[in-house]
Amino acid sequence: MKGKAIVTVLGKDRVGIVAGVSRVLAENNVNIEDISQTIMQDFFTMMMLVTVDEDEISIADLQKKLNALAEELDLKITVQHEDIFRYMHRI
Amino acid sequence: MWFNAEEIKETVEMIQEQRLDIRTITMGISLRDCIDPDGNKLARNIYRKITDSAGKLVDVAGSLQKKYGIPIVNKRVSVSPIAAIAEAGKLSDYVPIAKSLDRAAIDIGVDFIGGFTALVQKGMTPGDAKLIGSIPQALSETERLCSSVNVASSKAGINMDAVLKMAEVVKETAERTAGQDGIGCAKLVVFANIPEDNPFMAGAYHGFGEPDKVINVGISGPGVVRAMLEKYPDADLLRLAELIKETAFKITRMGELIGRESAALLGVKPGVVDLSLAPTPTPGDSVAQIIEAMGIERCGAPGTTAALAMLNDAVKKGGAMATSSTGGLSGAFIPVSEDLGMVEAVEAGALSIEKLEAMTAVCSVGLDMIVIPGDTSVETIAGIIADQMAIAVVNHKAAGVRLIPSPGKVEGERATFGDLLGFAPVMPVSKFSCANFVRRGGRIPAPLTSLNN
Repeated sequence: MKGKAIVTVLGKDRVGIVAGVSRVLAENNVNIEDISQTIMQDFFTMMMLVTVDEDEISIADLQKKLNALAEELDLKITVQHEDIFRYMHRI
Repeated sequence: MWFNAEEIKETVEMIQEQRLDIRTITMGISLRDCIDPDGNKLARNIYRKITDSAGKLVDVAGSLQKKYGIPIVNKRVSVSPIAAIAEAGKLSDYVPIAKSLDRAAIDIGVDFIGGFTALVQKGMTPGDAKLIGSIPQALSETERLCSSVNVASSKAGINMDAVLKMAEVVKETAERTAGQDGIGCAKLVVFANIPEDNPFMAGAYHGFGEPDKVINVGISGPGVVRAMLEKYPDADLLRLAELIKETAFKITRMGELIGRESAALLGVKPGVVDLSLAPTPTPGDSVAQIIEAMGIERCGAPGTTAALAMLNDAVKKGGAMATSSTGGLSGAFIPVSEDLGMVEAVEAGALSIEKLEAMTAVCSVGLDMIVIPGDTSVETIAGIIADQMAIAVVNHKAAGVRLIPSPGKVEGERATFGDLLGFAPVMPVSKFSCANFVRRGGRIPAPLTSLNN
């Protein structure tokens, strides 16, 4: 079953953040549909809309794999099913 | 992208920085099919029904927490009032049933189980009397059990015999749990107009008008409201009301999402979303600090009741737009020990029991988690309960009283309960007696609902 999720990446800017996150997503067959990324005062903020094939990896397991990368690059990475944003921001 | 970056950032910040969480998923379970005259069999039936019905509750909550990245702090169970369920049995007291409920809660991993309850607003049956008599021992010999007794309603008035009896029960429960500053009383609430679908403890029970099983969700989020208000120090009150409504809407939508999905996963009916702002002892997660963010120097200062009235109303208006199934207590909670801002206001001398009583007239709970001196008389406790019941009965609202006469403690000391229950300073009570009033017994009649000026 395919579901959409939002990946949020926050932390100090450095080389390889986009590459690192994209690599973990690609390895788990997670497709990136949209990316928004800005840097404000050295602070890196990225949001990705992704499609997760939940037969292949659950959002919880994807979060675990991204946590490992987050630790390595000193970032905060969160994966959340898109419905939480839909419920909060759309009537 | 479906959502703009601001929206995503707002949601993530609410959860990660402002401590937005789902306070509780509470499964209500009817025990009507467990009734048996044999006490042992009754206890076994109850244990089996609860573990069969809610065995997956903790796992489901865990999976939703991971899927949506929002903490689900408590998992709870509420059951039919035990006073009614056990009445046909031949048990001399209901402590064995209390232990069976507690064991079921521990075995399925839920944080609390509520429903050691009697509804006695107009009078007591033998089962009600047995349950009430069992409360002190039951609460001192269990870990996760919560008890509630409804002694008043707007239709029946106030059962003053029950009020006095409950004051004795509160006192005895405190004494039996003296080693933990009277913590048993933190799990005991005396109610007026008790809701049948409240997911919050200690007053959660599964009403007789409810389905066999149901999922009720309690939301939280005082920190989110406070953070929003702090961004607008110069906004006028009409604008503040609007901001609170918008925030309450967003918070409640989280409850709606989690309630619907958890009910579907557990194969039971979705019940209500309780639109409450429930504080915790964590810094920032405070209703008192919302009032202070509105411009009151310390919670309890003049203006506090007006600010709380506006907050409570705006939370309901925003929340009611976000879900069609509102219920429970729905409003702002003002417990003392569970809210660091309230504790600080008491210690600063800004907040008294009398001011808290006035505040309960405009919000959703009553005198909640208030520590009073251990030597407070039964009659004074009864008088405080009766005052709160009167406010609720006349205003057609629910209210509960959780007083903790902490054994051996005097004004100026603190009682500590730990975790979500927090700690609180001992608050002074009036030195003047109401004994001749509360010892009269009988019932205060239901109030007139017309000629309402």
